Amino acid sequence: MNKTVNQKAWFFVLPVLVLVAFNAIVPLMTVVNYSVQETFGDNIFFWAGIAWFEEVLTSSRFHASLGRQLTFTFTILAIEVPLGVIIALAMPRKGPWVSVCLVLMAMPLLIPWNVVGAMWNIFGLPEIGLLGKTLNVMGFDYNYTRQPGDAWFTLILMDVWHWTSLVVLLAYAGLVSIPDAYYQAAKIDGASSWSIFRYIQLPKMKRVLTIAILLRFMDSFNIYTEPSVLTGGGPGNSTTLLSIDLVKIALGQFDLGPAAAMSLVYFLVILLMSWIFYTVMTRNEDQ
Amino acid sequence: MPGAALRRANAIQNICYSWTTGRLGALMALELKQVGKRVAGETHVYPTDLVLERGSFNTLLGTTLAGKTTLMQLMAGLEKPTTGEIWFDDVNVTGRPVQKRNVSMVYQQFINYPNMTVFDNIASPLRVARHSEDEIKKRVGAMAELMKISAMLDRRPSELSGGQQQRTAMARAMVKDSDLILLDEPLANLDFKLREELRDELPRIFGQRNCVVVYATTEPSEALLFGGKTAALYEGRVTDFGATGKIYRHPRDLTSAMVFSEPPINTANVRKTEGRILMNENVTWTAPAGLPDGAYTIGIRPHHISPITRDPEAVAIEGTVKVAELSGSESMIHFDAYGDSWVSLSHGVHPFDAGERAVLYADVSRCFYFDTNGKLVAAGGGHTEH
Repeated sequence: MNKTVNQKAWFFVLPVLVLVAFNAIVPLMTVVNYSVQETFGDNIFFWAGIAWFEEVLTSSRFHASLGRQLTFTFTILAIEVPLGVIIALAMPRKGPWVSVCLVLMAMPLLIPWNVVGAMWNIFGLPEIGLLGKTLNVMGFDYNYTRQPGDAWFTLILMDVWHWTSLVVLLAYAGLVSIPDAYYQAAKIDGASSWSIFRYIQLPKMKRVLTIAILLRFMDSFNIYTEPSVLTGGGPGNSTTLLSIDLVKIALGQFDLGPAAAMSLVYFLVILLMSWIFYTVMTRNEDQ
Repeated sequence: MPGAALRRANAIQNICYSWTTGRLGALMALELKQVGKRVAGETHVYPTDLVLERGSFNTLLGTTLAGKTTLMQLMAGLEKPTTGEIWFDDVNVTGRPVQKRNVSMVYQQFINYPNMTVFDNIASPLRVARHSEDEIKKRVGAMAELMKISAMLDRRPSELSGGQQQRTAMARAMVKDSDLILLDEPLANLDFKLREELRDELPRIFGQRNCVVVYATTEPSEALLFGGKTAALYEGRVTDFGATGKIYRHPRDLTSAMVFSEPPINTANVRKTEGRILMNENVTWTAPAGLPDGAYTIGIRPHHISPITRDPEAVAIEGTVKVAELSGSESMIHFDAYGDSWVSLSHGVHPFDAGERAVLYADVSRCFYFDTNGKLVAAGGGHTEH
């Protein structure tokens, strides 16, 4: 039988192609364009080759930002994932409290990011903020606008407050999908609650936790709005994460070439690390 | 008076029966005394008396929501009864938690530890009981052999077929020498072929054990295949209990007969006068001996009604065919006659068109007579042996 050649079918793909082109390909190519050229505005470009990439990759400023970014991301992952699982385990499976808990958990996720930043900005002020004032009254010398340690503490606390719910909701969805029969079977076997967690709940939550970790990794690696509103990257450069640094270079200094090169490196780092995460976490299933 | 004689005969049988179970006291294992369960004002199981012996294969037969699962969970100790007591080997275990009862359970879903190998899954109850590794290896090996999964011991449950997963779950249930093994519709989630395969093996696998086996199912054919004993469950009550063949041939009442019939048993209202049974002016036959005059409900199984007959005593029923389902070597014919719906199940292919007038023949020598309270008063050709 001859294969039907239907050229009209391309028209049906066209809207998606156009959408993707404007949404992803064109902006990405613009960035690539900037990353290999030098410009002083006025649409005059000079070829720069890989100079910007060399500059970014050897710049100690980039290394420092990347280091802060990795510290931030792995700290919040180390806190949010176990905490989210613990909260999900503690939540009721049945009854009227389920919806109450779910709504409470969903609340932080619904607040716009810049509002979260502004909230914590005020919340942490040492003179008038509830958190800042309380800590100072208790005798802690807390001032997130002056002390880098305090700035980090506030930043991480804010992210934990804002995003642990996502892990909780995903882990909870994984937990409620386990049939009662599993728990009964474990009970009949005389399994301890640790065994139930280790051999039933954790393996059954594995898929949703993989998604939770990936989402939290990517989001926290991209984070901009909240720290920028909370600390603006300060004090000094102490909370200048990659995205904040990028914006400073691109819009503050108007170094479009290095900023474009940095964007691409940034993008490739996220892509590579997501791939590593995913491969490591799903490795056992392919065996 | 013949009615009184019949009742007396039934009473004597009941006495004989309880005397028999009493005499078998040495074998007795699981005993339910007035065990009932109510949840939030709703009765799931009415107070039930039941004695299940060691080495016996017991089928709990009933539709969904009949209370099979609740009854099993009560037996296991996963649920506490709201009334009554549960005794095991003459010890009251009502309040004893499930992990101290030496019970195993197999579920409709294939319940295995997802990230353990088949070996570790089967070994898990032995590890909890702290057996030596040599002992574990020996027992798991023997159990895997029995369940025909020896080649899969290194795999994880997700790499097995449904049938193999359920075999693993069954091996885990049997490996620890439980006193009570509960199987809650273990074949329901398997496809037809795997179900048949495993079903044929079950009596061999469970038959040799000195424990009480309880098997819940919605399918009468499974109860018949396994033999052993059957308890018919209907809306939270055990309506009948005894040797499977006896329950099938002499159901205690109309409800039990309905539970133990698939497709559903045909029923019709009849009267007995002057030695004859009258369904209506056209359909009448000789009454079984000893049946008193009065109104009865008859029950006749679908496979005792056929479009063809060689039996001169068979009663012709004329009706309108609703639908004829022909499957392989069997024909199931649904038809309306005399204001009732009827089903006939017969060998061979008997095509009928919907709406066609047809005559079908009922083997009335095999029909049950229930009195107005639904109690069985005569079965088949008037046999009353119990």
